[in-house]
Amino acid sequence: MLTRRGSLSIATGGLLLLAAAPWFLTDFQVSLLAKFLCFAIVAVSLDLIWGYAGILSIGHGVFFGLGAYAFGMYLKLEAAGPKLPDFMAWSGLTEIPWFWGPFREVAFALAMVLIAPMAVGGLLGYLAFRSGMLGVYFSIVTQAFALILGLLLVGQQPYFGGTNGLTNFSTVFNLPLTDPNVQFALYYAALGGLAIAFVVCAVLTRSRFGLLLIALRDDPRRVRAFGYNPVAVNVLVFTISAGLAGMAGALFAPIVGIVSPAMIGVVPSIEMVIWVAVGGRGTLVGPVLGALLVNGAKSGLSESFPLIWQYFLGGMFVGSVLFFPRGIYGSLQSAVARWRRGRSAQVPTPVVPDGVLSPERSRA
Amino acid sequence: MTDKVLDLYAVSVSFDGLAVLDDLEFSMEVGEIRFLIGPNGAGKSTMLDVITARTRPQRGSITYNGIVDVTERSEHDLVRLGISRKFQTPTVFHSLSVYKNFEVALGFRDSWPQLLRPLSGEQHDRVLEALETVDLAEKANQLAGSLSHGELQWLEIGMLLVQEPKLLLLDEPVAGMTRPERDKTGALLGSIAGKCSVLVVEHDMAFVREFAKTVSVLHLGKILSEGPVEQVQNDPKVVEVYLGHRHERTS
Repeated sequence: MLTRRGSLSIATGGLLLLAAAPWFLTDFQVSLLAKFLCFAIVAVSLDLIWGYAGILSIGHGVFFGLGAYAFGMYLKLEAAGPKLPDFMAWSGLTEIPWFWGPFREVAFALAMVLIAPMAVGGLLGYLAFRSGMLGVYFSIVTQAFALILGLLLVGQQPYFGGTNGLTNFSTVFNLPLTDPNVQFALYYAALGGLAIAFVVCAVLTRSRFGLLLIALRDDPRRVRAFGYNPVAVNVLVFTISAGLAGMAGALFAPIVGIVSPAMIGVVPSIEMVIWVAVGGRGTLVGPVLGALLVNGAKSGLSESFPLIWQYFLGGMFVGSVLFFPRGIYGSLQSAVARWRRGRSAQVPTPVVPDGVLSPERSRA
Repeated sequence: MTDKVLDLYAVSVSFDGLAVLDDLEFSMEVGEIRFLIGPNGAGKSTMLDVITARTRPQRGSITYNGIVDVTERSEHDLVRLGISRKFQTPTVFHSLSVYKNFEVALGFRDSWPQLLRPLSGEQHDRVLEALETVDLAEKANQLAGSLSHGELQWLEIGMLLVQEPKLLLLDEPVAGMTRPERDKTGALLGSIAGKCSVLVVEHDMAFVREFAKTVSVLHLGKILSEGPVEQVQNDPKVVEVYLGHRHERTS
């Protein structure tokens, strides 16, 4: 296992590399990478609940989508100006629905980017965890939720643009989206968002709160019998994760220029899980790697093999589960640990932050 | 009444019409160490479930420390009020180190912001003390999953001690232990005595004879007999319950 400092320097190094990347890439590649960074934020948020607390959500597209729609509504109104957004006019609406109005305000839209997914995530988590729904049952509920929200949005043509979603954004904060400098700025916004998500998750998981999450995964009954309320802990961590996914969605909207139900449903939600699994869950760095590599491979392969690229994606997932159950980064950690200690009977699980008991550390 | 740490009155629990606890009456003095024995299916674990609010009784009252109505509290609430319980099978967090297991156990009264900070010096000292008490100081950095069965039992007991409970419930603490491990656990019980009230559910009669003073016998959801070990052992009702069972099995 890499030491705490080792992981930290890898994360910092990666961040610097990503910060320098736009200087070496074409405009197209920059916006592509910016999109991947948004996915990496989702992957980190998913790792927080799956890798540590053992809560597998296969419906995280919901929270990503809520954030994306919240900011997308603002962008759409900005693009429409004083007129009615185009899809509303086509559907026969004559005025803006009441719940669209407040999204003209940047502050309101930005607040909703976090509030909407956190409220929905908190409520879903509360209802499910309160009745003791955990493990695979919870996963299925999240997936059903993704399906329902996707269908709901498709059905609401006049209010949310139906299958097409929200399109034709022109500006963000009155700056044209087609301007390469704006795309540059959006890239750094996405990178900043990733840094925030990473730091939030790293602080949480490396503290005693993080130990509590792992303890909950190991034995929820014991955690309750130690005087903690497992429902509260699970709801809290799920809500935080939903908020981070929502932030990713909001960054995604102006970068890609479209928000549609296709990003919310079952399939994209499963893809998010694949990023984490391939990268290595319970490592935080791994899921970032996984999101970048899988999506990079996906866009490369879909260009070269437009008909069969999905088989490669599936193969990547099956391969990593079969041969690298700890994912790329997790396997790397194990290899480093073996190399450091030579032959050793015990390889610590990757989710345990390096644990050397040092009285000085705790007393300091 | 206030000197009773635990008082069960007319407690009844039934599962699908089968009475597990039947108008059970039971009480313990503050500071007492009580052993609870009884044949399989007597309702011993259910009794602990009821005391810790894992199971709600259909009837009856349970009073903790003279004032707390257990039936109105949540399970984790009671732990904060000082009732800690060791489960029948050792239940610890296998993917955490022994020390980190203690860190989890110790944080139960901390607020969420406090949980983001490391243990205070005083808390760290308490962990070290508990590690010494259960003789696991040498293995503080090992994963809990790598401990032996006996060590797991001690780890769980140690984690409960660090919470400084007022009432400690131990469900079969020596189950599956070797003779030396059993004796060590007995000594451990002795050192806990005086710090808190302890209720020990045990099957191992040799262990009970050696370390118990007062024993209660639970049978068919009721207390059948109660008193010093020798007295209970020679109680004809108790003899019949245990021998009767043996008799049925052989015939």
